[in-house]
Amino acid sequence: MSGSGAADGGGLRARLVVTRAAFVLDIELEVAPGEVLALLGPNGAGKTTALRALAGLAALSEGGRIGLDGRPLHDLPAELRPIGMVFQDYLLFPHLSALDNVAFGPRCHGASKAEARRTAAALLERVGLSAHASARPGTLSGGQAQRVALARALAVGPRLLLLDEPLAALDAHTRLEIRSQLRRHLDDFDGAAVLVTHDPLDAMVLADRLVVVEDGAIVQTGPPAEVARRPRTDYVARLVGLNLYRGTASDRRVEVGGMSFSVVEHLQGPAFVAFSPAAVALYRARPDGTPRNLWQARIEGIERHGDNVRVHLEGPITAFADITPAAVADLDLTPGQAIWASVKATETHAYPA
Amino acid sequence: MGRPPWPLLIPAVIGMAFLVLPLAGLLVRAPWSTLPSRLAGAQVLEALRLSLVTATVATAVCLLLGVPLAWLLARVSFPGRRVVRALITVPLVLPPVVGGVALLLVLGRRGLVGQWLDATFGVSLPFTTAGVVVAEAFVAMPFLVISVEGALRGADPRFEEAAATLGASRWTVFHRVTLPLVAPGVVAGAVLCWARALGEFGATITFAGNFPGRTQTMPLAVYLALETDPESAIVLSLVLLVVSVAILAALRDRWVTSP
Repeated sequence: MSGSGAADGGGLRARLVVTRAAFVLDIELEVAPGEVLALLGPNGAGKTTALRALAGLAALSEGGRIGLDGRPLHDLPAELRPIGMVFQDYLLFPHLSALDNVAFGPRCHGASKAEARRTAAALLERVGLSAHASARPGTLSGGQAQRVALARALAVGPRLLLLDEPLAALDAHTRLEIRSQLRRHLDDFDGAAVLVTHDPLDAMVLADRLVVVEDGAIVQTGPPAEVARRPRTDYVARLVGLNLYRGTASDRRVEVGGMSFSVVEHLQGPAFVAFSPAAVALYRARPDGTPRNLWQARIEGIERHGDNVRVHLEGPITAFADITPAAVADLDLTPGQAIWASVKATETHAYPA
Repeated sequence: MGRPPWPLLIPAVIGMAFLVLPLAGLLVRAPWSTLPSRLAGAQVLEALRLSLVTATVATAVCLLLGVPLAWLLARVSFPGRRVVRALITVPLVLPPVVGGVALLLVLGRRGLVGQWLDATFGVSLPFTTAGVVVAEAFVAMPFLVISVEGALRGADPRFEEAAATLGASRWTVFHRVTLPLVAPGVVAGAVLCWARALGEFGATITFAGNFPGRTQTMPLAVYLALETDPESAIVLSLVLLVVSVAILAALRDRWVTSP
């Protein structure tokens, strides 16, 4: 028994500690009722382990505790926790119809067969699948199966909803549609919700707050827009598509490796500088004119990136530059070539590290 | 791909002939003209009835005890699990006669458990129809346990986790999720088990004896007939063959998976 009194008030308060042979997960989470928290991180960061620990499917190690609506949860087995979980590949019971899959939870919670089926039918209607109530999971499309899985998780009236990569198994088109539907259902849900994803777009659309997990620890947390604007690790910067550097600021300059960035913000001490690849301009010869952040780089690689071309630059700093295909032709860019790169101070964003 | 290489093809054909020819021999040598009258004989029908009933009851006993045992071995880790798994497969390789002797020593009238059964309940198993069931179940249960345990190990345990998150107790998980998921494996195991029980000879004759109408099952009847009336033995064998093939054919498409 450790710290079961930590949870007070509504929502989820948890310290998840899971120790494995070569891996330690140790994160603290707080989710208010009605709030959706996204755990974002690379594969192997411990996101799914965290979710399984919340569900009671993975044991907590020394120091771990989970409180939900003021009640300790960590001593309860999975089947006694007031949770609903949507698994990555849904795990709909293949031998039961969609309706009976959704009715399974209410049945386990003591509802009569008729009652459970009424609850299930209502939920299937809410996710727009009344017509498929008698279908076996094997005959459902990915998007339909995802919605049945959501209905099944909601059918038990959970106070904590856990979603493990809920959209990862869907193709791009279905994903767009299901994502907005899921957002609606999450808006209607009045308990705490924790979502695990490695897709920044899913996290931005679905979550009210992000927690970025790397190597079993939290590296950044905040509202999606804040995280996207001010990444604090290379992983997050890559996700949101920014060039990110850590350096030392003194007034309007930030020293990064061999570079000195002039920025707009007044800062002192450790600081991040971030800028979009689209803000980087490339020149064959040293440009004249207004003083700006200018450096000489070597082209490491060139690849298509959406409608533009992404140029990988090596030099005093590693950076990405996004330019138009026309500019690539104009500049006659080839890998290995030396080039001048610049970014305006007004296009950079500096913030304390 | 070309033709299969000779070193594989020749042994394969010989192997096939080895398995099929004896069956063909039965058909060829069967006394077809007197078949109907022999089949109608009281002893044949009696032995057949006894065989079907005891094999079915033995299979039911195996299901009742073997499925939980398989579940325990597949899902619960306890000290000595490997030893238990090794022990329960012993009847699989044990000569059935030895099994019969062992059963006599334990369940016989003066056996370790039999003594107590006799004194407490007045029950004596050896040389009774119930004894036939016991002998058959002893020999056949490992087939069921191994088949069901394999199916359980192959089943995705995450379905059971999903059921747990929905509030299902372990018992509910077992009978509403796990069992339906491994149903094909259970049926396949039960068929193997039933077929093994139907053909049981050594343990049965040792433990239950050879009393017509009470413990004389088809295999025992075949063996006895072979010494006195070989044509009857052929007829009885034919009946067993037909029953076995019929069961196999009936279940194969539905349950016993084949590519």
